[in-house]
Amino acid sequence: MANKIWTTVGTPEQRIDAVEKSTGKVRYVGDYSVPGLMHAKLVKSTQAHARITSIDTTEAWKIPGVRAVVTGEMFPFHIGPILADRPPLAFEKVRYYGEPVAIVVADHEHQAKLATTKVKVEYEPLPIVNSVQQAFQQDAPLVHENAGQYTKIIDNVYPKSGTNIGSHIKIRKGDFDSAWASCEETITANYSFNLSDHVALETRSTRVEINPAGKVIVHSCSQSPFTIKKVLNQFFNVDVGNILVHIPMVGGAFGGKGTVQLEPLAYLASKAVGGKLVKLEFDREEDMITGPCRIGLDATVQLGATKEGKLVAGKYTYLLDSGAYSDQAAGITRAAAIDCTGPYHIPNVWCDSYCIYTNHPFATSFRGYGHPELTFAVERTIDQLAKKLQIDPVQFRILNGIKPGHTSPTQTGLTANNIGDVEKCLNRARELIKWDEGQKIEIGKNKVRTKGISLFWKTSTTATNAQAGAILTFEADGSVNLNCAAIELGQGTKTVLGQILAEKLGMDMKKIHVTMETNTQYDPHQWRTVASSSTFLAGRAVISAAENAIAQLKKTASIVLQCTPEDLEVGGGRVFLTPDPTFGVEIKDIAIGYTYPSGHSIEGQVVGVGKHVQRHLTPMDEQTGFGKPGPWWSVGVQAVEVELNTRDFTYSILNAVTVLDGGTIINPMTATQQMRGGMYMGLSYATSEKFIFDHNGVVQNTGLRNYPVLRYGEQPAEYLVEFIETPAADGPFGARGIGEYGVIGAAACLANSLSVGTEVELTQLPLTPEVIWQAKKVEKQ
Amino acid sequence: MNIKNKPTKKVIHLHVNGETHEAVVRASDTLLCTLREQLGLTGAKRACEDGDCGACTVLVNGEPTHSCLSLAVEVVNKPITTIEGLLNSPVQSAFVDHWAIQCGFCTPGFIVNCHALITNHPNASEELVEEWLQSNICRCTGYQEIREAVNNLLQKSQ
Repeated sequence: MANKIWTTVGTPEQRIDAVEKSTGKVRYVGDYSVPGLMHAKLVKSTQAHARITSIDTTEAWKIPGVRAVVTGEMFPFHIGPILADRPPLAFEKVRYYGEPVAIVVADHEHQAKLATTKVKVEYEPLPIVNSVQQAFQQDAPLVHENAGQYTKIIDNVYPKSGTNIGSHIKIRKGDFDSAWASCEETITANYSFNLSDHVALETRSTRVEINPAGKVIVHSCSQSPFTIKKVLNQFFNVDVGNILVHIPMVGGAFGGKGTVQLEPLAYLASKAVGGKLVKLEFDREEDMITGPCRIGLDATVQLGATKEGKLVAGKYTYLLDSGAYSDQAAGITRAAAIDCTGPYHIPNVWCDSYCIYTNHPFATSFRGYGHPELTFAVERTIDQLAKKLQIDPVQFRILNGIKPGHTSPTQTGLTANNIGDVEKCLNRARELIKWDEGQKIEIGKNKVRTKGISLFWKTSTTATNAQAGAILTFEADGSVNLNCAAIELGQGTKTVLGQILAEKLGMDMKKIHVTMETNTQYDPHQWRTVASSSTFLAGRAVISAAENAIAQLKKTASIVLQCTPEDLEVGGGRVFLTPDPTFGVEIKDIAIGYTYPSGHSIEGQVVGVGKHVQRHLTPMDEQTGFGKPGPWWSVGVQAVEVELNTRDFTYSILNAVTVLDGGTIINPMTATQQMRGGMYMGLSYATSEKFIFDHNGVVQNTGLRNYPVLRYGEQPAEYLVEFIETPAADGPFGARGIGEYGVIGAAACLANSLSVGTEVELTQLPLTPEVIWQAKKVEKQ
Repeated sequence: MNIKNKPTKKVIHLHVNGETHEAVVRASDTLLCTLREQLGLTGAKRACEDGDCGACTVLVNGEPTHSCLSLAVEVVNKPITTIEGLLNSPVQSAFVDHWAIQCGFCTPGFIVNCHALITNHPNASEELVEEWLQSNICRCTGYQEIREAVNNLLQKSQ
């Protein structure tokens, strides 16, 4: 489907970071070391919910090399991205197992680590809130006694005093009650699963120093350098301009590095040793439970339809397990409400989305921002309703798929530009998975092959002023440096932005140098590298910077060539006369200004600047949810075929399919990598991943030995990825965001497939043989 | 303050990538932290320090080894190869050519492991490849691309 009107866009240009990464020479943040670097280590809570009665640091100070011990009462304030409810270091009480309680700073890491074991913390246990269902009860113990008194950092967060509700977001569209009463077929189903983890291979790491002039210098592996500045400014009173954040290439993030936890702790540690350079790096166990993880969910979905199968009413109750603090879970609560229905046209919608506090590790954004989770619940219900109506699941989805002319749950009008083509995606996926050969095929004693499908969508719920900028500086050889603050996390964003620039300038990719490190002092402001928004926001900024540079190139060239800028075109490393392309000047001769033989010079260096900010986005109305949350929706379909043993419920995934309408695909190979990696990650989560809590709320699987993730050979035997490219008029060359989308439908289509094979409606994740066996046992009773 | 520092370090010699290096280590220093902090060889990554993820893989006597589970003092007098010693190897080019690299954090461990696999088993079956590579985690989950890279190398070596 590559559009041949372009040369670089739509071409699988090699990733610009691949060669360097293959040699092991890329330096990630934890790979730097200098003499004098001090090391911080955390003392963590051994309790999930307890009052801190005393902290004794006497013995820790006796360990050689210890230079400081920081405890919670030294900074007894709350921080947070949406609701300020989390003390960086616990004070008065702890709310999850693994919560930071104190920091020890020492000359060497082993000294700091040893000293943390010598800090004596006395706890008085409190009743544990160990599930969202328990937390939602009226007489539940409170995780936060003063939930209603926390400072709101953004709009659209509604904590309820005297409850465990950190936020409650409502969607009220149409008239659900009377529509529900008129439905000829209905279904109500409940789903639940526990929190889990990102497991980026690079654990979170940072180093901070405060120089004598008061500048705070942060190096980190973060998706949000400008948010680090905002947090240090908002809660620690450092001037924004005095905070410098450097981000090298990041070793995987998946949303887990979007929030700010480590940097304030390292700032407190550095402050405690007179501003010296301090490194704070999580080990794997800390990264999993002390650092933020992925939400859990309890979802109840009610769908009602006519007997012909037209959806009429939908009601959605989402209880998000946010863990001990609301962090990004408060935003995910909102995102889940915004897209609560999935890409279906449902005129009457009622949604209550709750961010619920429990005594679990706190949750933050995870690739998909609530959408993989709600898609599991919605798509399982769609399949069950289709079954009741005796309509083929694909046909049922085509019948009810959302289209231009419809409105989203928040009543945003959908047009051919802001939504992808649901029906095209469904039809192509149906062909690729060979749906019409049969959804269930018996292949021998106790063996069946079954197929499952899921439809999904997502908008980028960015800040209403989310933006990006780009600065281009031209070199004397006619090549161009591209500076922007999009972070390279492995998703290939720097390559894709380079391609957009190369296309716009009509230049070879080899002439584009994209700066890999982000430095907030040199790079223009960018909201964050999250929400599949970088190609869109930074891509638009790059185009506008290129236009700015082209105008400068034409101006300089018009003087040299004695014509008007309007007579000129830029391409192939030259600026030339449109009617006579042989008459022109090379970019290298005007890149840093043109110098005449006399020595006289004009114009100086070409420096292109550009920016893009979201347009016409609004917060949501508190009572109805009315508002415009994002610029577009990408839609997609995923499907799997599994081979299942119906006796012991073991299974293997034979085929997998993703068809995504991501608008124009800038680089088909990086896009395919994203879809493959996304779906495998989704299947990993769906087949094996969750935190296991004991009755004290203590996580039992805090390492990679007992928290299984997908390994080599466990991926589907065959996986096909295709793109439908309905252009988005707003996007760079018609592109929409795609980064998160591969993960969204994976769990749902697997569960749909296994539900057909096992003949039981599966409602839990992960789908281990044991979980399936238990579901069968419950059904028999 | 009570100061009771005892001398706890010792000079050892490590043979890394064909060169002999001097290192000053504690008895409990792992090979991983010695390579990274003393020799500046940061290609081997610290990702679980429990032998579960393979990001720290180096070759000791040609065998893939979790450097996070080996003590520096254990590998004195043994030839050690790190990712930095495999510059311009066919495995690196295969990973680049087959898009087997995303965030790159697992890449050094995978390449070192694959290098040993291809060297020791140029005719490796799919089952053997799977057995070898299950010791490494790629969380960007580029296993399909890694499989294509390895299959290409095996075809060439046969």
